[in-house]
Amino acid sequence: MAETQALTKKDLKSDQDVRWCPGCGDYSILNSAQGVLAGLGIPRHQMVFVSGIGCSSRFPYYMNTYGMHSIHGRAPAFATGIKLANPELTVWLVTGDGDGLSIGGNHMAHILRRNVDVKILLFNNEIYGLTKGQYSPTSRTGLKTKTSPMGSVDRPFNPVSFALGCGATFVARTIDTHLKHMEATLAAAAAHKGSALVEIYQNCVIFNDGTFDAIADKTLRDDKTIDLEPGKPLVFGKGRDKGLKVEGFDVRMVPAESADVWRADTRSAGPAFVMSQLDSDPTMPRPIGVFRSVAAPIFNEGVRAQVSDAVARKGAGKLRDLFYTGDMWDVR
Amino acid sequence: MTQTRNVGAELPSQQFENVVIRFAGDSGDGMQITGSQFTHTAALLGNDLATFPDFPAEIRAPAGTQPGVSGFQVRFSSSDIHTPGDRPDVLVAMNPAALIVNIKDLAPGGIVIVNTGQFAERDVAKAGLKSNPMTDGTLTGYRKIEIDINDRVKRALEGSPLSPKDVQRCKNFYTLGLMYWLYSRPLEPTIAWLKDKFGKKPELADANIKALTAGFNAGDIQELFQARYEVAPCTTMLPGTYRNITGNEAVAIGLVAGAELANLKVFIGSYPITPATSILEQLASYKHYGVVSFQAEDEIAAICSAIGGSYSGYLGVTTTSGPGMALKTEAMGLAVSLELPLVIVDVQRGGPSTGLPTKTEQADLLQAIFGRNSEAPIPVIAASTPSDAFDCAVEACRIAVQYMTPVILLSDGYIANGAEPWRLPDVDKLPRFPAKFTTVAPEGGFLPYARDEKRARPWVTPGTPGLEHRIGGLEKANLTGHISYDPENHEFMVRMRAAKVAGIRDSIPTPSVVGDKQGDLLIVGWGSTYGSIASAVEIARGKGQRVSRLHLRHVWPLPAGLDEIFASYKAILIPEMNLGQLARVLRSEYQRHEFISYSKVQGLPFKTFELNDKIDALLAR
Repeated sequence: MAETQALTKKDLKSDQDVRWCPGCGDYSILNSAQGVLAGLGIPRHQMVFVSGIGCSSRFPYYMNTYGMHSIHGRAPAFATGIKLANPELTVWLVTGDGDGLSIGGNHMAHILRRNVDVKILLFNNEIYGLTKGQYSPTSRTGLKTKTSPMGSVDRPFNPVSFALGCGATFVARTIDTHLKHMEATLAAAAAHKGSALVEIYQNCVIFNDGTFDAIADKTLRDDKTIDLEPGKPLVFGKGRDKGLKVEGFDVRMVPAESADVWRADTRSAGPAFVMSQLDSDPTMPRPIGVFRSVAAPIFNEGVRAQVSDAVARKGAGKLRDLFYTGDMWDVR
Repeated sequence: MTQTRNVGAELPSQQFENVVIRFAGDSGDGMQITGSQFTHTAALLGNDLATFPDFPAEIRAPAGTQPGVSGFQVRFSSSDIHTPGDRPDVLVAMNPAALIVNIKDLAPGGIVIVNTGQFAERDVAKAGLKSNPMTDGTLTGYRKIEIDINDRVKRALEGSPLSPKDVQRCKNFYTLGLMYWLYSRPLEPTIAWLKDKFGKKPELADANIKALTAGFNAGDIQELFQARYEVAPCTTMLPGTYRNITGNEAVAIGLVAGAELANLKVFIGSYPITPATSILEQLASYKHYGVVSFQAEDEIAAICSAIGGSYSGYLGVTTTSGPGMALKTEAMGLAVSLELPLVIVDVQRGGPSTGLPTKTEQADLLQAIFGRNSEAPIPVIAASTPSDAFDCAVEACRIAVQYMTPVILLSDGYIANGAEPWRLPDVDKLPRFPAKFTTVAPEGGFLPYARDEKRARPWVTPGTPGLEHRIGGLEKANLTGHISYDPENHEFMVRMRAAKVAGIRDSIPTPSVVGDKQGDLLIVGWGSTYGSIASAVEIARGKGQRVSRLHLRHVWPLPAGLDEIFASYKAILIPEMNLGQLARVLRSEYQRHEFISYSKVQGLPFKTFELNDKIDALLAR
């Protein structure tokens, strides 16, 4: 009994009360994701949301789909198992900077390199929220938290650079307050075949409020960010007058008319990587949008193809043949 | 020349009921192949048999050193046997290191066959010895047979296209040929194996067959032996078709069978770890049985992927050893909370930490039963022999599917690598336990944590229209499965999960006692101590001692009826390859009985005589 009617956002809301802090960026992400997923033409019983532990990982409870709230950091492994066992499912994974890059960094690396067909939303608020405010692997050096009273000494992870280094086939970034951009980015991730990682700058109103204000504030956003749209020029600014140009291993600011056309499918992930490293330069706009989008063999398809191939070549295995094989002898 | 000759026909033939041979050499000498080929031929001749491979953790320790010694013990018999034997009757030592490491085990008066081609001064030095054990009295009391196998192989393969180094690699087949002659065994099974193994390299097949035949035909050596020996086929084995099987093979086959009996396919998520790895390897080759195998990035991802596989409707399986069990612990707790089927195989090895990876131990019992945070009950079953591992794997699948629970199956290094004849089951007679997937909401609505008569919750896989729901590790409200922090609900759910696992007892038999229904001593065992206990009890009873035995397959929950059984004996002895873990469990569960623990923690199984000595001492009290 397939659902034939198109879904609405409301169809994807579960009967559970959403329990994030008032003003949390997670609300807008949930809302955007429900909107994008409703438009995919996929019945909700075919959708599975998998998460680890953390504020973001409550997400599956609020989706009226199948869902698993698993253990800290391991969601990629559960998602891989779910997708391998039933490749028909649309599997989305929700994680955070702590869950996905600290305790679960290993699994994140491996799901990306394998290119499992799972869409990954990485909520980055640069703080541990659920444990009430400790520095995370993306917290900026010097951040004072309960566990870093004199300022964090850690150098932060750059999630986009990390994903590119893992060989991810789709890497994007968006901002929780930029709804239009977020929906477009999630839709692009949904359309990608293979693993897709979307880093979402997400404001934690309680423990790290305003950490992205310098770039995400609506009045600054146009000048402080640049949207990487494959096939479009790298132009930004309120007057769309400034541009970027990739030169060698660096990026230069140029007048809009001299800007490069962005390509997310170059042979090397170099341009995307160089772009991801602009984070450290406050004079440069922060890239959001699609850093990389390339086609590559999909892990779950490869695994399943071997099973089908083995059955085709050897015939579906019969138990008797499993027992009665090799050198046998009879005792009478 | 690959024809056998009837050499040594003039020698008298002696019948033996059973013989224990140990092949020992350098890791690179091919002793494991030699031993397994001898075993294979013994099986085809209808002997009962048991093997004990003993190899170093190092892949290739420096050649000729003691840490590099690899051994393979095989016992073959015309009567029913339970162990690979306490002491070899024959030791084949390919170099001084192999001789010195193994000679202490050889039975008094036993035969030691020494490859003198590897006993030069530098070989003795490599073994870390100050004097040559051939001449320094080490071999006093044994029958020493000296053969320069290096030179004989070289001569047998004169004109071979192989390099001198590759020629020397055929030494093990020369040795095997000699042992085949000594024990009146045919060469054909090994020749067939060599042809198959080296199908693409006929020159290697040819050289090894020549070496094998030359060993068999070496008439001039055979004068050194005073007789040829024969071990007749075993006549007490139950009728049926048999094949030889190791514990790890039996687990792999049992898991595929168990899944099929549940109308499921296996999803194995595993990470390589000694001594469990070959289960993953074997299941990876069963893709035509629908097995989805996933070599995960670590032990944690392995079990998590398997839980994901179960959620999607496969029978999730993960295989590991102690250190991997430790890493999987948190995910096991989640599986308890999710109430999904899952089989966790722990092939135990010496510990703690990395411990003795290639040696056996039974010290993960308490970890398996209790080793998780909070109240996280998981049923535990333990295989007792290589072929029993098949039945146990099937049983683990049954419990997992019928009770919607993770199940731990304990094996150990001794079972994993040891081999014995396996009486092949009749597929049609295996009990089926089909998994029941809920696909439509029952009357009154779908409740993810409603329960059936076994307290199992419904299994609903993603992709089922209309039954969308969320599961997770947060405590769940009874019936609805929604997140609940309600104190009474939490206690209710903790007790429910405990009751569900305790209820498995209703589906398992009371183990039978072998021996008298009452007596002076009951020996209670679990796992791979089975063979040693069975042998020791046979010997004790042969001496007229009133000793019985009982072996536990289900170690958690324990089967019903044990209390009454324990009450029928004056003393209860529990031999374990740990510091008394089952004894500790039994003491807490059956407080009115006294349990005498007998521990051995050397990375080695109990020898039968050790148990008989203990029995004698106890009965003399």
